[in-house]
Amino acid sequence: MKFFLKKFLDLIPTLFGISLICFVMIRLIPGDPVLNLVGERGVDPARYAEMKHALGLDRSIPLQFWYFIKNAVSGNLGTSIVSNNSVWAEFIERFPATFELGTFALFFATIIGIPLGIYAAIKRNSFFDYFLMSSSLVGYSMPIFWWGLILILVFSVKLGLTPVSGRIELTFDIPVFTGLYLIDTLQSSVVKSEGFAPFWSALKHLILPSIALGTIPLAVIARMTRSSMLEVLGEDYIRTAKAKGMSKTRVVYIHALRNALVPIVTTLALLFGSIITGAILTETIFSWPGIGKWIVQSITSRDYPVIQGGVLIISFVIVMTNIIVDVIYYFLNPKMRN
Amino acid sequence: MKMKTIFWTLVLSFLATTTSHAKSFVYCSEGSPSSFNAQLVTDGTSTNATAGTIYNTIVAFDIGTTKIIPALATSWEISKDKLVYTFNLRKGVKFHTTKYFTPTRDFNATDVVFSIDRQRLRNHPFHDVSGGKYEYFDGMEMGKTIKEVKVLDPYKIQITLAQPDATFLANMAMSFMSIISEEYGSKLASANKKSDIDNFPVGTGPFVFQSYAKDSVIKYAAHPQYWGTRGNIDKLIFAITPDANVRYQKLKTGECQFVNEPSPSDIPEMKKNSNLKVMQDAGLNVGYLSMNVTKKPFDNLLVRQAINHALNKKAYINAIYLGNATVAKNPLPPTIWSYNDAVKDYEYNPELAKSLLAKAGFPKGFEAEMWTLPVSRPYNPNGKKMGELMQADLAKVGIKLKLLTFDWPTYLKKASQGEHQMLQMGWTGDNGDPDNFLNTLLGCSAIASGSNYSKWCDKKFNAAVLEAKTTTDIKKRTALYKEAQKIFKEQAPWVTIAHSTVFKAMAKNIKGYKIDPLGHDYFTYVSVE
Repeated sequence: MKFFLKKFLDLIPTLFGISLICFVMIRLIPGDPVLNLVGERGVDPARYAEMKHALGLDRSIPLQFWYFIKNAVSGNLGTSIVSNNSVWAEFIERFPATFELGTFALFFATIIGIPLGIYAAIKRNSFFDYFLMSSSLVGYSMPIFWWGLILILVFSVKLGLTPVSGRIELTFDIPVFTGLYLIDTLQSSVVKSEGFAPFWSALKHLILPSIALGTIPLAVIARMTRSSMLEVLGEDYIRTAKAKGMSKTRVVYIHALRNALVPIVTTLALLFGSIITGAILTETIFSWPGIGKWIVQSITSRDYPVIQGGVLIISFVIVMTNIIVDVIYYFLNPKMRN
Repeated sequence: MKMKTIFWTLVLSFLATTTSHAKSFVYCSEGSPSSFNAQLVTDGTSTNATAGTIYNTIVAFDIGTTKIIPALATSWEISKDKLVYTFNLRKGVKFHTTKYFTPTRDFNATDVVFSIDRQRLRNHPFHDVSGGKYEYFDGMEMGKTIKEVKVLDPYKIQITLAQPDATFLANMAMSFMSIISEEYGSKLASANKKSDIDNFPVGTGPFVFQSYAKDSVIKYAAHPQYWGTRGNIDKLIFAITPDANVRYQKLKTGECQFVNEPSPSDIPEMKKNSNLKVMQDAGLNVGYLSMNVTKKPFDNLLVRQAINHALNKKAYINAIYLGNATVAKNPLPPTIWSYNDAVKDYEYNPELAKSLLAKAGFPKGFEAEMWTLPVSRPYNPNGKKMGELMQADLAKVGIKLKLLTFDWPTYLKKASQGEHQMLQMGWTGDNGDPDNFLNTLLGCSAIASGSNYSKWCDKKFNAAVLEAKTTTDIKKRTALYKEAQKIFKEQAPWVTIAHSTVFKAMAKNIKGYKIDPLGHDYFTYVSVE
């Protein structure tokens, strides 16, 4: 119990610290949301002062921070300067898109990365092993904006297999239920009127962005699986199992893989945290309406409430993911309980 | 066997999900609109998604020109003293019927009053909704210009001005003067949902708003009871696609039929593609180099003239605009009336520039800073590269240039505070009136409002543009603006660089599209064949 309490109490200073740093940082970058709104047109000083006042930007910075924290504690993250919508509503509308893409990308990375890693470990120092490890290095260093465009050129423009960008074919009208298109397109009303075409369309739209976003995690997972497997395969108990005449498949998949999976699962959880919050480039290339793109746009327009609120929510998601991993560990690993 | 059949059926249905819809028109736009009320927006992206698509104004620009034609008003009279405008409104105009609103009456004078007063009067019940920011209305000084808006009868409205203003009608045709439904406003006010007026729009325009998925897609349907003529599009879809490269790929695969802002480097390839059509027209814009006359040595006229002689503008047209622009000699683009073709531009002559600098007391030149435009704009697609070319040109006459740049918000902030010596800037016209260039960018009052980046206030020039604004005699106005352009050239607060060509790329089967000189996209007359 003490363990959980400590974990959750840690959350408070972490989020406070992040908010403070983010708050100060965005005010350190020069530029002004009001002048950005008016652009080349300019604004006269009286109107400028009025607009600053309306946005609460004429208060001292500590006072602005105090109001931000006070409101955030009561669940109000403020209103976007650009769109005038509440930051929370803007986030909720975009999060499912990012979540769906992130989950799919990680799924892609896992189902390919783990088997490749295992195979490379078994065939250690073979041609395949070298090939896999060097290509994973290439995958890891692949610039996503370039990779995304190559995927589009090959699969969409040349082969015509997948759509170029977007989440679903634009002629479908899907009522929002969860915001996850793979689920929403299976609602009975949609299936009745359009059949499974919207579902397939959503799935097709997910392929290229998932590959683009999943490439780096795939490389990480493959390398991680390989090294973790190698470590476990060298353990005494594996040698004992082999000596007892157990089949190779059983040794690898039952005895070795289970133990090797522990660090891989941790990596997966951490990757998930960053993948659902850091899909900025993928979202821009594939016109994916998610939160990465939203935050970047808010920085270029100096939309302070969105940057502050958005960063706070994202940090919360990442910190919570880490806490959940710790909690799972607590149950999985008896050593931690002592 | 059965499993195999199911498998292949699934694969085939998966591959065959791309269906085409005959009268749908997909427009690949470059960004998300900031609001669905045209009164609140200033950027092109939001204007395309609102004005002209959802709304009408009482007078309008004939699409493809800057000529003012009747729209929701069928005719108008102007009093002799040029202070009172009486508009006769169109009868039988229907507002959109949507999922969230069913109008019970036609458009009438109360809607005009509601639309203008919301922006004009601080105590209007809707003034503060959505932040109460009316950048365009304030920027065009409509609050100061309009003294009174009066309903004479349900189809007659009278607007009284505080002083004569020759640009008034052109301003009335701008997107921020869009007419919104008063009946819808009252309904929202009684339901305590005022802000819906800007998110769930109701207008009289050719397309009815259907839905918006943030950062992804906006859907419209044709307005079945539209008062004017329109093309054959049933469904208008904006596919928000921020990357220009991806927009082009979508055009190639047929996922969209029209792309906004094609990248200049893709134009030659687009022209070769037999499935596509590229349209081009002279843009109503100007790219310029502004010299801050309050900073030394740019307070010296000879220095400003020397810089004008030192820059090889023709070279920039080829290198920066890939030939798709004309050299600018006036702040006004040549397509605007009153353009003074008699003005002689400063020829490219480094030797003359050197001698002018020597005369000004800088025989060995000097060191200066120039800010290069951090964003790509039609009037200057590559500020950094242009800066480097200018740096090389000025080095030849002894001016050592330090190039600086900041991100766009910072650039605007520092420029408005006058921290620069020289900076690259530009402008695209709002309403096709010369005042919108000469007074807005170079008038003395524009120093305080921030759009006169040279901080140049010339008494003669200012008197001419102010007089032209308050005169409605077009001959007199033309003469005054021509004179103003002459003074501008002599005093040289800018180096005028280029007026660029605007490109639009679309599928071959799109008909009826006209390029708007003011830079917006209108789909009223567009048809898919």
